Amino acid sequence: MREFDLAVIGGGPAGMAAAVAAKKKGLDNIIIFERDNVLGGILNQCIHNGFGLHTFKEELTGPEYAERYADMVRELGIPVETGTMVLNISPDRVVTILSSGRGVEDIYARSVVLAMGCRERPRGALGIAGYRPQGIYTAGTAQHLINIDGIMPGKECVILGSGDIGLIMARRMTLEGAHVAAVFELMPYSGGLNRNIVQCLDDFGIPLKLSHTVIDIKGKEKLEGVVVAEVKDGKPIPGTEEYYPCDTLLLSCGLIPENELTRSCGIAIDPLKNGAVVDDRLQTSIPGVFACGNVLHVHDLVDHVSAEAAKAGESAAAFVRGGSAPEGRVIKLIPKNGVKYTVPNSFTAGSLDDEPHIRFRVTGIYKNAAVVIKCGEKELFRRKMRVMIPSEMQDLAVKKDVLAAADADLEIMTEGDIS
Amino acid sequence: MVDVTVIGAGVIGCAVARELTRYCLDVCVVEKETDVCEGTSKANSGIVHAGFDAKPGTLKAALNVKGCGMIPELARTLDFAYRNNEALVLCFDEAQLGGLRELYDRGIANGVEGLELLTPEQVREAEPALNDVAGALLARTSGIVCPFEMTIAFAENACDNGAVFRFDTTVKGITRDGSLYRILTDKGSFESRYIVNAAGVYADTIHNMVCEDKMKITPRRGEYYLLDKEVGNTVKRTIFQLPTKMGKGVLVTPTAHGNLMVGPSADNIDDKENTATTSGGLASVKERAGLSVSGIPFGKTITNFSGLRAVGETDDFIIKESAENFIDAAGIESPGLTSAPAIAGYIADIIVKKDGLHPRSDFIETRKGVKHFAALSREEQNELIRNDPAYGNIVCRCETVTEGEIRDAIDRTLGAKTLDGVKRRTRAGMGRCQAGFCTPKTMALIAEKYGIPLDSVRKN
Repeated sequence: MREFDLAVIGGGPAGMAAAVAAKKKGLDNIIIFERDNVLGGILNQCIHNGFGLHTFKEELTGPEYAERYADMVRELGIPVETGTMVLNISPDRVVTILSSGRGVEDIYARSVVLAMGCRERPRGALGIAGYRPQGIYTAGTAQHLINIDGIMPGKECVILGSGDIGLIMARRMTLEGAHVAAVFELMPYSGGLNRNIVQCLDDFGIPLKLSHTVIDIKGKEKLEGVVVAEVKDGKPIPGTEEYYPCDTLLLSCGLIPENELTRSCGIAIDPLKNGAVVDDRLQTSIPGVFACGNVLHVHDLVDHVSAEAAKAGESAAAFVRGGSAPEGRVIKLIPKNGVKYTVPNSFTAGSLDDEPHIRFRVTGIYKNAAVVIKCGEKELFRRKMRVMIPSEMQDLAVKKDVLAAADADLEIMTEGDIS
Repeated sequence: MVDVTVIGAGVIGCAVARELTRYCLDVCVVEKETDVCEGTSKANSGIVHAGFDAKPGTLKAALNVKGCGMIPELARTLDFAYRNNEALVLCFDEAQLGGLRELYDRGIANGVEGLELLTPEQVREAEPALNDVAGALLARTSGIVCPFEMTIAFAENACDNGAVFRFDTTVKGITRDGSLYRILTDKGSFESRYIVNAAGVYADTIHNMVCEDKMKITPRRGEYYLLDKEVGNTVKRTIFQLPTKMGKGVLVTPTAHGNLMVGPSADNIDDKENTATTSGGLASVKERAGLSVSGIPFGKTITNFSGLRAVGETDDFIIKESAENFIDAAGIESPGLTSAPAIAGYIADIIVKKDGLHPRSDFIETRKGVKHFAALSREEQNELIRNDPAYGNIVCRCETVTEGEIRDAIDRTLGAKTLDGVKRRTRAGMGRCQAGFCTPKTMALIAEKYGIPLDSVRKN
């Protein structure tokens, strides 16, 4: 059986950054398994710009950003096996892989970084009534069809869901000659970044209709149109129905971390973020197995993915070299009112970074509110936040001493009203 | 001129065609859609019913019990997914235990084996996820089948034995020309000695082209939820509900491939093409299923669909020679899928007796389906990849379907021409991402095979 110090599952931005960081920390025997034929993951089809402002201090396209990391992987001599699908990971880190060249093979890894990314929520999971004709695609599938395969899904388009890929595709479809009637969003706020609403909708005169959803799909074999209604408390308001003729319906209604391998390995999943439960080193409930990127929780910016993944890679290197568990008490971080989830789920008092990061999302729009961390009744940390919206991941750097002062589990919450 | 024309390539038409190719007959199957299994056969519960439901003495009762007995062996010879997972009929109200007993007695009268009335304790032990019941009927011969695989298996085997399939061909009229029928289609006309009407919800249209006594088939729509395999073991058995004054009840069942399925609703409609789901229908399914299992994780739904049952006016299957050499297989609602092989035998007998035929000696009894890579042992998987590296290339991640399987599905007898055709033969696109990732790759393989541009590849 082939043996590796670190097996990275997935060669997208998270996997590449993790491998690069582990290598820089002195780990030598690394392998990246990638199911596609090239590195880069979903970035390869994200040909728009806006990537890399944090990481490289310049604005890159998705493929350019991916190429920067692929170059690092090459320059550092990290082996990559593309066209390779990971079928299973056992709790003792035997990884079963499949490829045309090698067939089905077990390898042993002293550490594993999970970087499988996420997938889009399909129409079926949305429970929209109506027919199931040709012409309904998730925004990412449409993005692949246009940007990689060079074919247009249709000419008259409606977009349901205001996730970032949906907003990006509203612009893309328009630039490629289609007409995008509107973007409809079930929630009273957008699921995507503000800059994408401005650059992809406003600049092209595409309306964003909040608190609206598709309630019926017409056309048995080919999509003919959708019925849209205004929504209150999650229910369509009778009398607000409007028919939009279209041949294409794109869905951008949420991303789901691809944790099938994680689950079958027996790793504990945090249902609040649909990703693994991790400590401050991004280690999962199985020692030596780390998680990062969109398989851990869905990110808005690839720059954040790279930063998080580097941490996972460094932790894997430390695990392989040290082997021992970090010292000290485990302090749990529990999301309370207004905070949807956190990464990490816990800290180990003895091994805290100088400025540990807490990443989280809020459950509604907060203006002039605060984030508070409490230990019992005692307030350990407070920061005023001008605006917090669900579509933007929050990233708090907290002084080590603050957390080390905890003598019991911590609670993190918002203070202020949803606006 | 052909000997027998079967109208409709659903499970009944395909099973009949296969049965007829046992004899020296030119068999032709005419289908208005692009593929087999495009109507009722593709959107149903996939249950192999034990046979306690139908009234004793009816064709439904006899053919159901017979079909249920035939399917396990057919699943082996024709290589389609089948599991004898048993079924429970739940009774929630002590006052209705008599109804459960009636069902038991009816089953015994129909010749169903392995029936047993269970106490609430026995039910709880057998299926811990169920809500409290007053009692239940256990049917040990009940099973689940993949309806696509079963239909496709009959069709491929029929084709291998010489049956000719004409797709995208709609029957527009039928005239009698001496001792022959002339079948007029949108692709020209041809003559046939016999006609078997297996046109599903359109069986009345076809029947009424030939027969004096008119027939009416009402489409009865059933809507379903299909849930992620992650929750496929919520129940082990197929869970029915004893009909109450609230309605017939819905079932909760694992599928032959390990998903969880919940449904169907039952609404009579006018439009024979209306397979749209409705918010009301889906809501009613959810509510009624909650009677059996209150904790069904509907958040794990991967798709909804609806199908149309072909309901006749007689409360029984209509299988008979309704006019000279014109044989109806009409009103084949539930348990039509289970009964299909028995119906095929019943119809073949009519023709065989009239023609005084003897079986061919060169009939090919068996058929091999698409090899499902994920279901093979490690050794078998590696053997497959050594012979064809395309089996080492995963196209559909959710269902672990390889390029080799998709190529096989496209290249084989009556091969797939559309994304849905590939899906029903290989399960590519049938998983939790609902074809988000595999669509472009599958499209490319279809386009390559048929030499068409990528954007001409159809979903259905």
